[in-house]
Amino acid sequence: MTATTDRLFEGADWDFQTLQRIHDACEEIARSELGLDTYPNQIEVITAEQMLDAYSSVGMPLFYKHWSFGKHFAHQEASYRKGLMGLAYEIVINSSPCISYLMEENTATMQTLVIAHAAFGHNHFFKNNYLFKQWTDAEGILDYLDFAKNYVAQCEERHGRLAVEQTLDAAHALMSHGIDRYPGKKKLDLRAEEKRAGDRRLHEEGAFNDLWRTVPTGPIKSPELLNTERRRNLLGLPQENLLYFLEKTAPRLQPWQREVLRIVRHIAQYFYPQSQTKVMNEGTATYVHYRIMTRLHEQGQISDGNFLEFLQSHTNVVFQPEFDDQRFSGFNPYALGFAMMQDIERIVSSPDDEDREWFPDIAGTGDVMAVLRDIWANYRDESFISQFLSPRLMRHLRLFHLHDDPAESAGVLVDAIHDERGYRRVRRELARQYDVGYIDANIEVVDVDLAGDRRLMLRHSVVKGAQLNEADAKRVLQHLADLWSYDVSLVEVDPTDTIEKEYVVSPRELAAAAA
Amino acid sequence: MHIIDRRLNPGSKSLENRQRFLRRARALVQGAVKKSSQDRDIKDVLEGGEVSIPLDGMHEPRFRREGGTRDMVLPGNKKFVEGDMLPRSGESRRKASGPGEGDSEDAFRFVLSRDEFVDLFLDDLELPDLAKRKLAQAESEGLRRAGYTTSGSPANLSVSRTVRLALARRVALRRPRPETIAQLEAELADCDEARRAALLAEIETLKAKIRRIPFIDPIDIRYRRFETVPKPVAQAVMFCLMDVSGSMSEHMKDLAKRFYMLLYVFLTRRYRHVEIVFIRHTDRAEEVDEDTFFHGPASGGTLVSSALEAMHEIVRSRFRPADWNIYAAQASDGDNSTSDSDAVSRLLTDKILPVSQFFAYLEVGEAGGSTFEMPDSSLWTLYQRLRAEGAPLSIRKVSERSEIFPVFHDLFQRRQKREKAAS
Repeated sequence: MTATTDRLFEGADWDFQTLQRIHDACEEIARSELGLDTYPNQIEVITAEQMLDAYSSVGMPLFYKHWSFGKHFAHQEASYRKGLMGLAYEIVINSSPCISYLMEENTATMQTLVIAHAAFGHNHFFKNNYLFKQWTDAEGILDYLDFAKNYVAQCEERHGRLAVEQTLDAAHALMSHGIDRYPGKKKLDLRAEEKRAGDRRLHEEGAFNDLWRTVPTGPIKSPELLNTERRRNLLGLPQENLLYFLEKTAPRLQPWQREVLRIVRHIAQYFYPQSQTKVMNEGTATYVHYRIMTRLHEQGQISDGNFLEFLQSHTNVVFQPEFDDQRFSGFNPYALGFAMMQDIERIVSSPDDEDREWFPDIAGTGDVMAVLRDIWANYRDESFISQFLSPRLMRHLRLFHLHDDPAESAGVLVDAIHDERGYRRVRRELARQYDVGYIDANIEVVDVDLAGDRRLMLRHSVVKGAQLNEADAKRVLQHLADLWSYDVSLVEVDPTDTIEKEYVVSPRELAAAAA
Repeated sequence: MHIIDRRLNPGSKSLENRQRFLRRARALVQGAVKKSSQDRDIKDVLEGGEVSIPLDGMHEPRFRREGGTRDMVLPGNKKFVEGDMLPRSGESRRKASGPGEGDSEDAFRFVLSRDEFVDLFLDDLELPDLAKRKLAQAESEGLRRAGYTTSGSPANLSVSRTVRLALARRVALRRPRPETIAQLEAELADCDEARRAALLAEIETLKAKIRRIPFIDPIDIRYRRFETVPKPVAQAVMFCLMDVSGSMSEHMKDLAKRFYMLLYVFLTRRYRHVEIVFIRHTDRAEEVDEDTFFHGPASGGTLVSSALEAMHEIVRSRFRPADWNIYAAQASDGDNSTSDSDAVSRLLTDKILPVSQFFAYLEVGEAGGSTFEMPDSSLWTLYQRLRAEGAPLSIRKVSERSEIFPVFHDLFQRRQKREKAAS
C-alpha cells in the first residue's frame, strides 16, 4: 500500500478537481490494463430534479414535447416523493462525446463507481458493439434530436398542436414496429438525414408547377395489370417496419406527418440496440467498474473504508433474488451480465475440464481482456447467452426451465434443470428470452387492396398461441387506420395458416386530415 | 474530458410536458379533483394533493401478446427435477411469469400542486354577469408611478434622478473639480515667477469654466410622474346568513357550511382580500364567529328580516359598497313567520340587493327528504315571487351532500360560453 497522500479523495466529499482526478485515474487503468477504447467523455453533474426530468424524456438531454413524457414525469415524481423509487446514480447517453450524468448527492466513492461504470464501461460498449455500430450514429444523435425537437415545435406552430399530437400518438403506438431489423441498407447518417429533409422540401417547392395538375392522365389501367405479385413488389411487401411503410406509402399523409413518422422511426431505431444488449451492456459496465475499483484500491488510491462502501453498493447492484423470493421480478441484467463476465474470466484464466470441453476456443487462452473485448464487440444478449453461459454458472444460479401449456390441466412442467441433460435446453430457452425475434409480436403488412377500397392488410404470425391483447390491439390499429386513412385489417394466423382472429378498423376524422 | 456543472441550469424541463399531460387529461383529472374534494374538508381543498385518475384514458397502447404456451427460465431451483409437474396456484404463479409484461395498474396516481388543483376545481366557473357589470362600475381611480418628467410640482422633485443627470452632464462637459483648483492654488504659494503666471492663467480659465457650467442646471431637473389608472375593487365581503332555529338539523348546517366554503374558495380566487361575516338568526340576529356560527346552540322562533336588517347595518357601518364587492349567501330550511314576509321583501329589494353583487338563497332539507312532494316553504314562495318581479336572486334547494357542488357549479357556470356559441 502506498501512502495516503496518493489517495484520490478522503471521506465522502468531492469537488470538480476530485472528479477530474478520479476520471484520470480510471482512464489510466481502463486504457493500459483493460485496453478499452472509448468516445471522449463528458461528465455532467445534475440534481435529483434534473434526473427526474431526464427520466421522463427517455434519458435524453433534449427531446420533442409530448404529453406522454409529462405523464411519466408525473408518475415518477409521485413515486419518488413517496419514497417508492430511488433514482439511478447515473444516466449515460450513447453519443460522441459520451455524456454521463452524475447525481450531485453521490458520495465521492459513488462518483468513482459511476465514472468507471458509465464513462468507461458503457462508453466502450457503445463504441465497439456491432449492433451500435450498425444502427446508431453516436456523433449525430444530439444534433438529430435537436432537429427533431425544433421540427416538431415548428409543425405545432404551422399545423396546430392537436394535429401534431395525434400524429405523434399514433407514431408512438407503432414505435415498436418502426424498426428495421435487418441490415443491408446503408448506415444511417442522421446529420445527412436532417439535410435531406430540408432538400426534399426545397425540391418540392422548386419543382411545383400548377400545370401538372391539368395534364390528363392516361387510361386507367385494368386491375389485371396490377396483379398481386407486381403490386407487392412495388410496395416492398411484406414489410414489418410499419412506420416506414406508412411514411412511404400512406396515401393521404401530409409531408410534415411523414417527417414526424420518420423522426419517431429513427429514434426507435436508435434505441433498438439497447433493448437487445441489456445484459451485455450492464454486464460489461459492471465488470469494468469492478475491475477499475479493485485496481484503484490495490494501488491505494482509494481507502479501505471507501472500498467497503463501494462493495456494499456493488453487491446491491448485482443481487439476484431467487424465483420464490418476494423481490423476484425476472433476471437482473446487472447480476446475470456480471456473473457471466466473471465466469468467462475464470474460463480463460483457470479452466477446468468441463470448461475445456464446452469452450475449447477460449478456455485457458490466458488473455482475459482480449477475449472479453472480442465478445463485447461481436455479440448481443441472445447470442452471448446461448454461447457463453457455462454449466458451472447454471449450477451456481440453479436455473431451471418451466413449460407452461394452458391446455395441460395438471400444472406447469419442469422441462429441464441444471443437470447434464438439461444444460443445453436451459441455455437455449434463456437465450430465447432475450431474442427480439421472440419478444416482439411478428406483425407485417402483407397487402393493400389497391383495386378495391384501399384496405391495408396486416398479419400477425402467432407464435406459441400468444395472441395480441385485444383492447390494446384495437387501439393501436385505430391509430394505424388514422394514419392510413382507409380501413385496416389484421389477421392473427397460427403456424398452420388458420385464421384465429380478425380485426377491421376504420379511420376516424382527424384534425390533420382537415388541414 | 469535460466536466460540466448542470445543476444551475433551469430546472423543470418537464413542466411543459406536464402541462400538456394535464390539458389532455383535463376531464379525467377534473373528475378526480371533484371526487377527492368531496371527502375532504373544504379548507383542505386549497392544499392541492394527490389524485388518481383511471389509467384507461391516458393509456399508451402497444401491440402486446398474451396467453399461449409459455416457457421461462428461472433461477433458484431447490428441489425440482426434470419432469415434475407443479400445480398452478393462481397468484404466485402469475407473479413468477412475465415480469413487466402485464401492467396491472388500473389507476394512475400523481400529485397536483395547489394552484393546479384549484384551477381544475373551479375551472369552468365564472362570476355571474350581474357581478361583472357591477365590478366594472365599481372601479376607482388610483395613481401609479409612470417614469419621470421635466415639469411638475416641487413636491415631486426626484432628487436622485436630478443629481444623477447633473453628474453625467458635468462629467460630459468636463467641469473642473474644485479639488483641482485647490491643488493648483496650493502649488501657487511656493513656485517661481514663470510658473506662477502660467498657473494663474490656468486657474482663471478653470474658474471661468466652473462659472459657465453650473453644478445643477435647470435641464437636469426631473420630477416623478404619476398616472391615474382605474383600479378595480380588489376586496370582497361575503355574508353568511343562516337560520339556526331549532328546526335546522346538524345535517342542514353541514350542507350550508359546505356551500359557504365553496363560495369562499371561489371568491378568494377572484379577489385579493375576502372578509367573511357570519350572521346567525332565530327571531333576532347576531354577528358571531365561525365556530359559534356552525356549532353554537341557539333556539327561538324564526324572523329572516332580523338577519337582513343586521346585514344592512353591517354594510352601512363597515363595508361601503363603493369599496367592497358584497356577496351574500343565505341558508335556511325555509321556515319564516308569514307576518315577516313584507319586511323581508322590502329589505331585500330596497336595501340589500341594490348593493350586493350576488345574493344566493339555499334551502337545505333533510337527507333523503323528497323536496318535490312537500309544498314550497314560505321563504321559497316569497323569494320566488321576488324573482318573478325581477329581483336578482339565485335560489336553489339542496338536501344531499353530493348535490352541493352541482348546485354551486350551476350557480356560477360560465355563461359567456353559451353566448359565444350563439354568436
